[in-house]
Amino acid sequence: MILEDHVTARTLYDKLWDAHVVRTEADGTSLLYIDRHLLHEVTSPQAFAGLALAGRKPWRVEANLATPDHNVPTTTRDMSAAEPISQLQVATLDKNCATYGITEFTLDDIRQGIVHVVGPEQGATLPGMTIVCGDSHTATHGAFAALAQGIGTSEVEHVLATQCLIQKKSRTMQVTIDSSVQPGVTAKDIVLAVIGHIGTAGGTGHVIEFAGPGITNLSMEGRMTVCNMAIEAGARAGLIAFDATTLAYVKGRPYAPSGNQWAPAVADWQTLHTDPGAAFDKRVTLSGAEIQPQVTWGTSPEMVTAIHGQVPDPADAADAGQADSWRNALAYMDLQPGTAISDIKLDKIFIGSCTNARIEDLRAAAAVVTGKKVASHIRAALVVPGSGLVKRQAEAEGLDRVFTEAGFAWREPGCSMCLAMNPDRLESGERCAATSNRNFEGRQGQGGRTHLVSPAMAAAAAIAGHFVDVREL
Amino acid sequence: MQKFVRLSSLVCPLPRANVDTDAIIPKQFLKSIQRTGFGPNLFDAWRYLDEGQPGMDNSQRLVNPDFVLNDARYQGAQILLAGSNFGCGSSREHAPWALLDYGFRAIIAHSFADIFHQNCFKNGILPITLDDEHMTTLFALSQMAQPLNLVIDLQQEHICLPDGEQLAFVTDSFRRQCLLEGLDDIDLTLRYRAEITAYEARRQETAPWLFAAESSVG
Ligand code: SF4
Repeated sequence: MILEDHVTARTLYDKLWDAHVVRTEADGTSLLYIDRHLLHEVTSPQAFAGLALAGRKPWRVEANLATPDHNVPTTTRDMSAAEPISQLQVATLDKNCATYGITEFTLDDIRQGIVHVVGPEQGATLPGMTIVCGDSHTATHGAFAALAQGIGTSEVEHVLATQCLIQKKSRTMQVTIDSSVQPGVTAKDIVLAVIGHIGTAGGTGHVIEFAGPGITNLSMEGRMTVCNMAIEAGARAGLIAFDATTLAYVKGRPYAPSGNQWAPAVADWQTLHTDPGAAFDKRVTLSGAEIQPQVTWGTSPEMVTAIHGQVPDPADAADAGQADSWRNALAYMDLQPGTAISDIKLDKIFIGSCTNARIEDLRAAAAVVTGKKVASHIRAALVVPGSGLVKRQAEAEGLDRVFTEAGFAWREPGCSMCLAMNPDRLESGERCAATSNRNFEGRQGQGGRTHLVSPAMAAAAAIAGHFVDVREL
Repeated sequence: MQKFVRLSSLVCPLPRANVDTDAIIPKQFLKSIQRTGFGPNLFDAWRYLDEGQPGMDNSQRLVNPDFVLNDARYQGAQILLAGSNFGCGSSREHAPWALLDYGFRAIIAHSFADIFHQNCFKNGILPITLDDEHMTTLFALSQMAQPLNLVIDLQQEHICLPDGEQLAFVTDSFRRQCLLEGLDDIDLTLRYRAEITAYEARRQETAPWLFAAESSVG
């Protein structure tokens, strides 16, 4: 046991890194041991094929957990309703998991859902772990003081075969939210404000640790929303220190330690915070109390402003490059400089995704919607729960009826309109208020226009038919 | 993995910042379970005026004459010149697969998103980072009537311009070696099998809960 005062102060990232290094080369290239590997149907088939081709087997089968999510239908649990290539992808995941004995929550399992909702829900995401998944939003799991990173398919194969990643240590960045946000302002608004502040490349090469009262006062679900979008700030991972909130969430979950393993686990987790005086390569502080509900207006998550703001003028951009990308974005989004955000009319509403499809998100949206009706010109308003268990919980609370009575469609879990690999999508020119994480060109369907907001703001926009400050509804 | 030692090729300029992996290969093409065949749909939404779907005959589609890949000057280019934060967004490795399948072996940009950068190396694509001044020069040269040809020498870590000028670049030494020799990461890692096993044994002692299966369900 090393005494605290004998070691130099370390960041949470340093601690997680140190605990997982198997070996390091002179140039810093390291083998990092992976505790948990999450899999889904889109980025794994080529990895399994590579494994089989080389005659290899998974290194540690129990470290893996799989579920289909990206292109499953949300109107039914019957995969035969999907197009043949989607069916093949899901069938391939089923077959690969069966071949190697990997636990998979298949489409007919109540535990199926978006992989980043399922991991924490099952306690498969634990503090102090290294977690990877062939999906950039693996950053989500960093909310548990776990080092969680998105990887490519070659790395999926590498982790399957060796239980390790080849990696060099990242730089560190601390983002402090120095006060709690106001009522009606959410975790989503915090992270959008951070991205607006540091830019989509602001965290490149860094692991971001989120800290301060604005973060610690969030629930676990809010913290997941914040870490989820660390990737949109360019960071490889987001982190939040372990505390009583983390502990209360983890306790009793199916994959969480129990019995005589619980106490030593908790003792270990208590060390998962940045030591006082530890150095970060970069630090940024934002005032939580000043953060307003956020709405993106462009085609990158950094193109964001407060609900009472306006669409900016490229003439006011910082440099020619930014002016260019703003012009491209405004043309794509069909918006004029100076337009008030609250004057932007919507065609569709999407409440879902690994950013905002947990029970608290659905409760927040339902609270806004209760007793009201979706504006008549809205062509579709979808609520897509993040997992089968979230759906069941919401139904037990009657949230499904709140939504359907207001005119929302209540769907089966999956990624859905976050990336429109299934039939849930925008038609060209349609404008959507979405609780997901990416507003890239074509993300929700070719020619579709996405505005990222919190669940409460999406619900408010559905009722008003245009953006509106949820606090004034 | 295909080796990368030296490359002499035309340069295709794409002067746009924050090109995301959804733009590089739109999601409808991710349903393939193969690693190849993505090239014809590289930058699909910019390259064609109609909406692409898997299995379509691209020769029947409406080509966007303003997009650089459709410019006769740049046919056969194996070097892509890109803006800052290239490859941001989704971690999909289909993006480097599509670039490789199309024929690109090197990408020169002001900066790259992390995961994409990593994915390039794993697929035999060399990502090179240059500063603003050199990027501006290369963009200007590549957009002249006579397209630009560059020679990239990975061993020497430099790019040769037609006038003989050399631009130095830096690559991670481990990644450079892997590219130069076409080494497979998995084989490299499995050389340390004993160390991985020893690490696991230690961790199993100190943090046994990380190795337990699910506690309450099958
Ligand atoms: S919900 Fe969206 S962002 Fe999240 S894993 Fe699915 S596709 Fe990716």
